Amino acid sequence: MTYFPEEVLEHIFDFLSSHLDRNAVSLVCKSWFRVERWSRRRVFIGNCYAVSPERLIARFPRVRALTLKGKPHFADFNLVPHDWGGFVSPWIEAMTKSYPGLEELRLKRMVVSDDSLELLSRSFPNFKSLVLVSCEGFTTDGLAAIAANCKHLLELDLQENEVDDSRGQWLSCFPDSCTSLVSLNFACLKGEVNLVALERLVARCPNLRSLRLNRSVNLDTLRKILMQAPQLVDLGTGSYVHHPNSEAYVKLINVVKSYKSVRSLSGFLEVAPRCLPSIYPICLNLTSLNLSYAPGIQSTQLIKLIHHCRNLQRLWILDCIGDKGLGVVASSCKELQELRVFPSDPHGVGNAAVTEEGLVAISMGCPKLHSLLYFCQQMTNAALITVAKNCPNFTRFRLCILDPKKPDPVTLQPLDEGFGAIVQSCKGLRRLSLSGLLTDRVFLYIGVYAEQLEMLSVAFAGEGDKGMLYVLNGCKNLRKLEIMDGPFGDVALLMDVGKYETMRSLWMSSCEVTLGGCKALASKMPMINVEIINENDQMEENPDDGMKVEKLYLYRTLDGSRRDAPDFVWTL
Amino acid sequence: MEGAVAYESDLNLKATELRLGLPGSNESEKQTLLSVKSNKRASPEMAEECRSKSNSSISDAGNDGREAAPAAKAQVVGWPPIRSYRKNSFQTRKKDEETTGIYVKVSMDGAPYLRKIDIKVYKGYPELLKALEEMFKFTIGKYSEREGYNGSEYEPTYEDKDGDWMLVGDVPWDMFMSSCKRMRIMKGSEARGLGCTV
Repeated sequence: MTYFPEEVLEHIFDFLSSHLDRNAVSLVCKSWFRVERWSRRRVFIGNCYAVSPERLIARFPRVRALTLKGKPHFADFNLVPHDWGGFVSPWIEAMTKSYPGLEELRLKRMVVSDDSLELLSRSFPNFKSLVLVSCEGFTTDGLAAIAANCKHLLELDLQENEVDDSRGQWLSCFPDSCTSLVSLNFACLKGEVNLVALERLVARCPNLRSLRLNRSVNLDTLRKILMQAPQLVDLGTGSYVHHPNSEAYVKLINVVKSYKSVRSLSGFLEVAPRCLPSIYPICLNLTSLNLSYAPGIQSTQLIKLIHHCRNLQRLWILDCIGDKGLGVVASSCKELQELRVFPSDPHGVGNAAVTEEGLVAISMGCPKLHSLLYFCQQMTNAALITVAKNCPNFTRFRLCILDPKKPDPVTLQPLDEGFGAIVQSCKGLRRLSLSGLLTDRVFLYIGVYAEQLEMLSVAFAGEGDKGMLYVLNGCKNLRKLEIMDGPFGDVALLMDVGKYETMRSLWMSSCEVTLGGCKALASKMPMINVEIINENDQMEENPDDGMKVEKLYLYRTLDGSRRDAPDFVWTL
Repeated sequence: MEGAVAYESDLNLKATELRLGLPGSNESEKQTLLSVKSNKRASPEMAEECRSKSNSSISDAGNDGREAAPAAKAQVVGWPPIRSYRKNSFQTRKKDEETTGIYVKVSMDGAPYLRKIDIKVYKGYPELLKALEEMFKFTIGKYSEREGYNGSEYEPTYEDKDGDWMLVGDVPWDMFMSSCKRMRIMKGSEARGLGCTV
């Protein structure tokens, strides 16, 4: 092994893309460790507080692509207060000094400021790809800086971010010399964009494969864009509304008809259902369809559209499709692998909703289904058992019965047996979200059968500490556990504190853990940050150890308590 | 919300429950408690209200937000687990639907110019027709399914989504609201013809 010159080793290691492989390689001997360390280009950090930027740079000095995740998952549902943390600025500042060759940055649930974006745009001459998912803190000014300064930008992908639109024309800031764009997604922006600038940008970027527009882009502009970019593979429309019998619409139909390259379709942020038939000619080519942001399309129209989409692998849709509509999906989309059904009226007692019937139909018709997110009015054990039998290949199974703690409406029993069947049958299950009425029994099943489970989300379930213990003891591959409104307390929390070093994080809110329990945990585990979020004023006086903790978030870390925690976060 | 509905249909334990508070005082208590701080759960005492056999072993703390929902429409923070970005896009859409009116052009045979009215502000045909009468200074006859409008030479008509001209009043109000594209008050023999074609 030592006879190979390091250049050869490096060349060989270049073929290793998996970080698991690279981790293994770096353990072989000091020389391999050194070579691997200098040649690692891509790093994924699932919790930005698990390591400091300095430690990353010290360990891997020549990184070109970094992925960072910030806030805990439940921040998506307003459970984490606004200024909790997850700031990207220390990372960008550190990297400007040490990673001049940075090319890619992917951020999820982080706070990104305009200053950070400006700094990013000026500090990395080879910067190619910026992907922001569920981030906040920036405005279109920051985007303008990226557009103006990143001379080799290939990808600007903004997914579901909260962006403030300041007056200014960020899209116009792409210089005429920018011709390299491959992917541009600004669907989440609420404001207007300069349509002429957009058309010109598309026209001069021959490699553009993916384009997702926001609501301000009208149908006529879409048509012009499609004519300039016949090679798009992924299209997100903006506003899809026209006047009936208008010349513009007829022209559009002709353009769409010949648009053979699109495989992935989304958007329809505003849509006149009568316009949907214009899409039918390209439906057969679609492998991915996202209509979950399209308002006001009725079930019959959805059914007619989906009936044409025989090659769909991924479908995101609203529950107004109804059980009957899902039946049509089941009979039309035999290649379906991923299905997400979102509620169109989250707080209403819906008439436009799906039930267990739709899911059973899907399971019978779509044998390749492995990823599910399903919001529904109700679910039965019988249905879940059937689904488990029909679809043993689930890797992600997330079920959300809108009414918390709702039992099986037929038997009035908890849904333990149904979920039990799922975990028993789906041996490759990595992610699971529970809902409905559940006792400790479901956790027993999970602990015993869900061997590959990495992430578990629990709400309003369980009877006592035993439930949580079944999971902590049983699931050897558990990385993330998040619980809201559960009866689990200190006994469960403290039974096996070593477990938390094998996990990325644990979230518990509105449970029975006390301040004393959390303090005990923190004292035993110095490598775990135990953070309490309490928005009362009680933290200022001397709180009693018996006080129940509102929100607990603990995670393993190499670099101790974070220095940017706000007042309401108390690190024990 | 749903929790309370299920509760009532089960064992009707409400009649025998022990509560803090005077008999008869129910929803209002919960409302005041919940309105104190929207982010916080109601106190554990309130949760004793919800008792259904299968729920009995489950911790009270989780029950809070939902029971009063029918009155206060209180939502539990964090539930349902939908990204705020998605929730906000629903809300803006709903607001759009609620605030924007349905404006349709109204022409009257013989009148020099058209008017525009927001049909959303009217609760039904009588109000709409009265408003038209006032706007154009004419009278409409009495409506009957068989004969259309009797007693006047004017007939209110509308163009629907399919482009056909229909007599106002035949279809349910909601259906009319969603299908009406424009209106025309026909006069004279032409109008009579329309009314008699049944």
